Amino acid sequence: MSSYEARFKVWRGDVKGGGLEDFAVEVNDGEVVLDIIHRLQATQAPDLAVRWNCKAGKCGSCSAEINGRPRLMCMTRMSVFTREETITVTPLRAFPVVRDLVTDVGFNYTKAREVPAFVPPAGLGPGEYRMQQEDVDRSQEFRKCIECFLCQDTCHVVRDHEENKTAFAGPRFLMRVAELDMHPLDAAADTGLDRKATAQDEHGLGYCNITKCCTEVCPEGIKITDNALIPLKERAVDRKYDPLVWLGSKIGRRRT
Amino acid sequence: MTTGTEPHLNSGGVRSGTRAAIAEPHLRTDRWWLAPAVTAAGLLAFVVYSTWRAFADTYYYAAPYVSPFYSPCLADRCRTMHAGPNADLFGSWWGLSPAIIILIFPLGFRLTCYYYRKAYYRGFWASPPACAVAEPHKKYTGETRFPLILQNIHRYFFYAAVVVAGILTYDTVLSFRDEHYRWGHMGLGTLVFLVNIVLIWAYTLSCHSCRHIVGGKLKHFSKHPVRYRMWQWVGKLNARHMLLAWSSLVSVALADFYVYLVASGAFDDPRFF
Repeated sequence: MSSYEARFKVWRGDVKGGGLEDFAVEVNDGEVVLDIIHRLQATQAPDLAVRWNCKAGKCGSCSAEINGRPRLMCMTRMSVFTREETITVTPLRAFPVVRDLVTDVGFNYTKAREVPAFVPPAGLGPGEYRMQQEDVDRSQEFRKCIECFLCQDTCHVVRDHEENKTAFAGPRFLMRVAELDMHPLDAAADTGLDRKATAQDEHGLGYCNITKCCTEVCPEGIKITDNALIPLKERAVDRKYDPLVWLGSKIGRRRT
Repeated sequence: MTTGTEPHLNSGGVRSGTRAAIAEPHLRTDRWWLAPAVTAAGLLAFVVYSTWRAFADTYYYAAPYVSPFYSPCLADRCRTMHAGPNADLFGSWWGLSPAIIILIFPLGFRLTCYYYRKAYYRGFWASPPACAVAEPHKKYTGETRFPLILQNIHRYFFYAAVVVAGILTYDTVLSFRDEHYRWGHMGLGTLVFLVNIVLIWAYTLSCHSCRHIVGGKLKHFSKHPVRYRMWQWVGKLNARHMLLAWSSLVSVALADFYVYLVASGAFDDPRFF
């Protein structure tokens, strides 16, 4: 087993201010960035604040920006960096900082509450739902989301424009709208809720310019843009911008 | 040691008031600028070449080959192409190059394409230049307002692109003639046209709108097994949409350039049989 001393810059501070602090710290074979942050806590900075939980890329807690790229600290191997490289770790830069590497991700919970929940079909009780696998494949891809909010952090619509946070739900929650609209048993339409139209009108789908950063940073490898956002944009076009589809719906074509 | 301890002066974006006080607009250390720079250079090269060829109004037909930029040729001023894609819809009043009439459709298809949107938003408009790299614009409304809200008509350009691809397929069939219009012959140009039309169809059918129309709009795939299979097939192509977008862009320019070389006499089309 070989070990070496790596140079780290870790952002320390809170909402009143802060900056990058230099550290030299031991790194061993097979370690990930979160291991090094824990070693810093244990040996040099006992008051360093960091949010973490599973260390297995499944809880979505340890999101941070490593060398400027939004990543999970527990899934970023030290072997992807050269030994000479200085590794910079900062908190997510789209959200308000709480302290050190911890940010307030409350924006995402607000947006989550704005998406109307699954509407159960009438006449079916718990345990009576029956669905074909091919009908739920699409939604199941989106259910892999671990809510690390890296996609929300990297999306330039809110990252670079704080003022858009009111109007734009972000890729994670537009994906949630897509998931529900593709769900074979969601009965929202029967209650007058048109998720295709509200995606545009209430969740800000039009702000997305499909530059695919959400897909690039997703640690679960979900094709957010190609499989959720673009299909949702096409569904919104059906409702709002395509006169032929509109006409078809008015003269009573069958439901799909 | 700690550097910089002041909070942001609310200068917007990643330097908004309550966010971590980091002065740099980004901290990426990789060559993040390379992909948008190469993309912009590639697109710019095509724009320059296609503008020159579209306005040239010459050397676009060398029997049996017609340049994909000039097919179908819809004006009176078009060269007569034996059994070729001539249709004098615009008559003699059209004084410009006839390529401009038809190029609006493939141009619109590519301009509103979901892949090209990503490419030019990043490459030309820096919105954003790369992931987690701050964009230089103070305001951003995305595709919610005119003119970018027009990106939503992509599916109509898709329908037009299918028609254009059908005509280019006809041109490829015509290329199995010799220069005296006798059937059953083949030259290097035929091969160039074949490769081009395969790539054009693959790009057209891999379109996100096509994926939606063939099956993506359905809620229950299990009730539509044929459309489900088509959706799966288009989905496989769709995963390579970027690759197909670039390869068909290069192939259509090469097919045009080949016709230019043959028509201008700079090159003799090698005949296989």
